[in-house]
Amino acid sequence: MSVLIDGKTRLIVQGLTGREGTFHALQAKAYGTNVVGGVTPGKGGTTHEGWPVFNTVADAVSATGADASVIFVPPPGGADAIMEAADAGLALAVCITEGIPTIDMLRAIAFLKDKPMRLIGPNCPGLISAGRAKAGIIPGHICREGRVGIVSKSGTLTYEAIHQLTALGLGQTTCIGIGGDPLIGTSFIDALTLFGKDPETEAVVLIGEIGGSAEEEAAAFIKASFRKPVVGFIAGQTAPPGRRMGHAGAIISGGTGTAAEKMQALTTAGVHVVKSPADIGRAVATALKAA
Amino acid sequence: MKIHEYQGKAILAKYGVAIPKGTVAYSADEARAAAVALGGGTVVVKAQIHAGGRGKGGGVKVVKSPDDAFDAAKKMIGATLVTYQTGPAGRVVSRLLVEEGLQLAREMYLGLVIDRSTQRPVLMVSPDGGVEIEKVAAETPDRIFKAFINPALGLQGFEARRLTFALGLTGETANRTVKMMMAVYQAFVATDASLIEVNPLVVTTAGVPLALDAKMTFDDNALYRHADLRELRDLGEEDPLEIEASKFSLNYIKLDGTIGCMVNGAGLAMATMDIIKLAGGEPANFLDVGGGANAEQIKNAFRILMIDANVKAVLINIFGGILRCDVLAQGVIAAVKDLGVRVPIVIRMEGTNVELGKKLLKESGLNFATADSMDEAARTVVKQAMVSVNV
Repeated sequence: MSVLIDGKTRLIVQGLTGREGTFHALQAKAYGTNVVGGVTPGKGGTTHEGWPVFNTVADAVSATGADASVIFVPPPGGADAIMEAADAGLALAVCITEGIPTIDMLRAIAFLKDKPMRLIGPNCPGLISAGRAKAGIIPGHICREGRVGIVSKSGTLTYEAIHQLTALGLGQTTCIGIGGDPLIGTSFIDALTLFGKDPETEAVVLIGEIGGSAEEEAAAFIKASFRKPVVGFIAGQTAPPGRRMGHAGAIISGGTGTAAEKMQALTTAGVHVVKSPADIGRAVATALKAA
Repeated sequence: MKIHEYQGKAILAKYGVAIPKGTVAYSADEARAAAVALGGGTVVVKAQIHAGGRGKGGGVKVVKSPDDAFDAAKKMIGATLVTYQTGPAGRVVSRLLVEEGLQLAREMYLGLVIDRSTQRPVLMVSPDGGVEIEKVAAETPDRIFKAFINPALGLQGFEARRLTFALGLTGETANRTVKMMMAVYQAFVATDASLIEVNPLVVTTAGVPLALDAKMTFDDNALYRHADLRELRDLGEEDPLEIEASKFSLNYIKLDGTIGCMVNGAGLAMATMDIIKLAGGEPANFLDVGGGANAEQIKNAFRILMIDANVKAVLINIFGGILRCDVLAQGVIAAVKDLGVRVPIVIRMEGTNVELGKKLLKESGLNFATADSMDEAARTVVKQAMVSVNV
């Protein structure tokens, strides 16, 4: 099993004809994902790399029966693309785009409130269900079907965790990059809830970073109602306050959002918190043996 | 992006927020002229730097005459101002704001930010102005009043009135404060601000509410649609290496350690700093070269790392997804040859085409240390940095 995406997912790519959209659509197809078409306004009716291109998401849905989208449109149109996906009735949209203005995301998230669509991201590496399907940019070849779910604010640091789990033979169920922006569609708690219900996910790796309080909120949720072992790592233990560390959301402000606070909260909730990013895989192995 | 107080006030005034009369001055002579233009009486001379805590740091002076304004300005311009927000190095003052002196009846706080948990803008006020709001939040959270704003609708009158009356304001002063709140929200949305802070929001003895200070920060992601705001950027407030890095779309932040880091991805870059510290070293910087870095960017990244004289060794940690390890290796080899890099370099790479990348490094004839894991890489680079210092 896996969560959110599998071999049955019918995926479209918003921004298919762009450089990133094309490259990652081909990668997803090579990984076995059922990519059914793409959307580029103005190029409807053409084909691209063998896929039909539509002007609107609604057209793509009615023609292909798509139920999920991965979004590679440039930042000024990012929030608009998310709302279009929700309006067309998709169940899932994964927004890879980095650099969407916060005010745009405020409105898009308000728009999603009464829609059933789940949004992953933006500014994230997307999703991969090991051995099944992917929507996003996580390299397929480092994954291996297995027992561990990953939820992370980071991109390449997620690859690092995947690599360690693969090297130890533990493998992954689904890896979810939730993104490093201040406003995102899917929280740690949402992802944990999905993993809690997935019988194949035996343990979860949670990778957070400085800024905000999502990790503290996840800690409270884990303490109250999550029963599978969780290994946690927080990036930015050495980050200076007041500086934005790459991701728009990664900033310690007013003395809050520090790694120390987050690690403390997670430890109190029973999470196996590792100080070193090199210890993530080993900690999962230990936690699974003890479980 | 941050801007100066006087710039923030000018923006707020455009949206209808009342501010004190004042002029920016770049010299003591200009400060005197500004004081004369304000009527020749009491004025406030305020150092303009991108950091709070200026009052306690000696960056705000109340003076009684234009000559005193000249003297105060003479001392401030060119001086280094150290506050709790600047760090020990402080900031050099090059601009001043000269403002009319006012008789104050109340000093309060107003702030507008995006609340991540509720995913809404939150307008916060407190009757305790002029102090650090973080302190109020920690010690007397019941003295902060908030309105969580529906972003589709904007700030509503009843929300602004609730906050205004919670501050204990009445009559015409209350009406004007409600209008000020509406104006602040309008400015926030129109400029893609990520923070507006008016601390203190004052009421004069005549009952007029004014923004006595203004701090505005803008969403970098939205600057593309605000040409006017981009012009307010003050490069004098930024680290020269960080400015240089930003020209090549490199995300660089200078730190105080001795180990230069080059990493792809912000999370992995932070984690690399963390693991260096765990291995007993101190990172010299945060540097994210991004997911699709090319050879040219890698060379520029190297050049910027090498400008920092504190760097005694470099750790390159790349997890190749889109960025292929062989491309990285070629970039590093070219950079080291072109720039004549003098410090030890430890490379840890993993992912796409890793074997080819390693082969290129080996055949280059250059003296790289390679590592297979992050902890081995960190231990090696810390050792090399120490040797490098002792030589």
